[in-house]
Amino acid sequence: MSIFVNKNTKVVVQGITGKEGRFHTAQCVSYGTKIVAGVTPGKGGQNADNIPVFNTVAEAVFNTKADCSLIFVPPQFAADAIMEAADAGIEMIVAITEGIPIADMMRVKGFLKDKNTRLIGPNCPGIITPGECKIGIMPAPIHTAGGPIGVISRSGTLTYEAVYQLTLKGIGQTTCIGIGGDPVNGTNFIDCLKAFQKDPDTKGIVMVGEIGGSAEEQAAEFISSYVTKHVVGFIAGLTAPAGRRMGHAGAIISGGSGTATGKITAMKRAGINVCENLGTFGELCAEVFRFAV
Amino acid sequence: MKIHEYQAKELFRKYNIPIPKGKVAFTSEEAVLAAKELGEYPVVIKAQIHAGGRGKGGGVKLANSEAEVKETAAHIIGMNLLTRQTGAEGRIVKKVLVEQGLNIEKELYLSVLPDRATGKNLIIASEAGGMDIEAVAEGTPEKLIKVYVDPLIGIQSYHLRQVAFGLNISADCIKEFFGLLKGLFNFFTDYDCSLVEINPLVITKENNVMALDAKVDFDDNALFRHKDILEFRDIDEEDPLEVEASKYGLNYINLDGNIGNMVNGAGLAMATMDIIKQAGAEPANFLDVGGGANAVMIENGFRIILRDSKVKGILINIFGGILRCDVLASGVVEAAKKSDINIPVVVRMEGTNVAEGRKILADSGLDLITAVDIKDAAQKVGSIANGNLNGGKPIEHIRK
Repeated sequence: MSIFVNKNTKVVVQGITGKEGRFHTAQCVSYGTKIVAGVTPGKGGQNADNIPVFNTVAEAVFNTKADCSLIFVPPQFAADAIMEAADAGIEMIVAITEGIPIADMMRVKGFLKDKNTRLIGPNCPGIITPGECKIGIMPAPIHTAGGPIGVISRSGTLTYEAVYQLTLKGIGQTTCIGIGGDPVNGTNFIDCLKAFQKDPDTKGIVMVGEIGGSAEEQAAEFISSYVTKHVVGFIAGLTAPAGRRMGHAGAIISGGSGTATGKITAMKRAGINVCENLGTFGELCAEVFRFAV
Repeated sequence: MKIHEYQAKELFRKYNIPIPKGKVAFTSEEAVLAAKELGEYPVVIKAQIHAGGRGKGGGVKLANSEAEVKETAAHIIGMNLLTRQTGAEGRIVKKVLVEQGLNIEKELYLSVLPDRATGKNLIIASEAGGMDIEAVAEGTPEKLIKVYVDPLIGIQSYHLRQVAFGLNISADCIKEFFGLLKGLFNFFTDYDCSLVEINPLVITKENNVMALDAKVDFDDNALFRHKDILEFRDIDEEDPLEVEASKYGLNYINLDGNIGNMVNGAGLAMATMDIIKQAGAEPANFLDVGGGANAVMIENGFRIILRDSKVKGILINIFGGILRCDVLASGVVEAAKKSDINIPVVVRMEGTNVAEGRKILADSGLDLITAVDIKDAAQKVGSIANGNLNGGKPIEHIRK
């Protein structure tokens, strides 16, 4: 089993005719993901690598029954694209786009409140259920199908590193989710933790966080009360200076809060096995997830 | 993007936020002219730099006469101002704001910022103005008034009342305060600010409300729709290497350490900095070349790291996804050929096209140190920091 997406998920790609959209759509298709439609306003009726292109998400949903959207739309137009997908009844939106203004994302968040839609991202690598479907930009070969570990992360390449170290130790993954590096995002750590806790095939969870905000602290609190599965955690940014945005819009220590040390302390207190040196991440996982090796 | 106090106040004026009369001056002569225009003493001379704590650092002074204005402005302009926010190297002051002195009755604190946890805009106010708000939040959090504004609804009158009554604003100036707060909030949303802060907001003995200070930071991701703000950018306030990096679309932050590093992805870049520290060295920078980096960007990133004289060794850590390892390798080789590299370079790469990438490095004839994984990379960086690797001499042959 897996969480959120599987081999039956039917995907529409918003921004399918752009450079990024086209490249990654092909990658997803070759992984086996069911990409059923694309949307580029003004290009409706065309085909992009044999995938029918529509002018609006509503049309794409009507014609193809797509239930998931993958968004590569540029940041100026991305908030609009997310709302369009939600309005068309899409249940799962994966927004890859980096650089969406925070005010736009706050509006999106408010808009989604009464919708039956889950947003993953933005500014994220997407979601993959190894062996079933890849809805995002992560390199497929580093993953191992069959579980039993679920992975949640705020980062992109750092997630690849973590997943790769799992794979090298022979530990497979159920689903890997990048929730994104922006200060205001859709799905958070707790949403994923809840789903992994419920998923019988997921026996352990990897949680990768970074400086900024308090999402990791809240997740730690949730874990200590509700998660019975083994959790390995990692936090990037021990050496990050305060007040500087470290690449991700959300990775900033402000007013003394959001430090890596604070997060690590909170996670340890919650009983999470925290890895403090990325070089030994795989080894720690092999030890904590002995049952999976 | 940050702007200066005098620029922020120009914008405040458009939103009818009351500010003291004043003018910016780049020389002591201009400061004297500005003071004459104000017409009465004392005047306040305030250093204009993008960092807080200016008063304590000696960058804000009163002047009671023309002679004092000239002397004080001459002293402040050109000084190296050290505050708790400038770091140990300080900041050279290039301009001052000359403002009318006020009869201050009370100092308050007021700010608006996006709250990431709730996804709403947050107004923070306090009667403990003029102080470091972080200290107030830490010591006496009950003194903070927090009012959340739903971005889909916008600011309502009850928000204004919650803040005003929370601050015990007297009936004599409550209307003026409402106007100020509404203007401030509209300015905040119109311009996609990531922070507007007035500290202190003063109430004068004449019962006027006024923004004595103004701190504004804009959401960089929204600057595309605020072209008028771009002219306020002051690159004198930024690190020259960071300015150059931004021209090439590189995400670079200059730090104090001795090991330069180049990574793709912000999270992995931070983790790589942490590894450098854990190996017994200090990161000299943060550099995220991004997912879509090409050979030219890699080359420019490499050159920027090499221009930092503190750098005694370099760690390149790439997990190829969208950025393919062969593209990275070509960029490194091009940069190395054009620059005179006399420090050791450790390269660790993994992911898409890693075999091709390793071959390009091996065939280049360059003295690069290859690491097989992060642990190995950390050990090699540790050796560099301990002086066991130098002169760019490889300790092993590049793996093919």
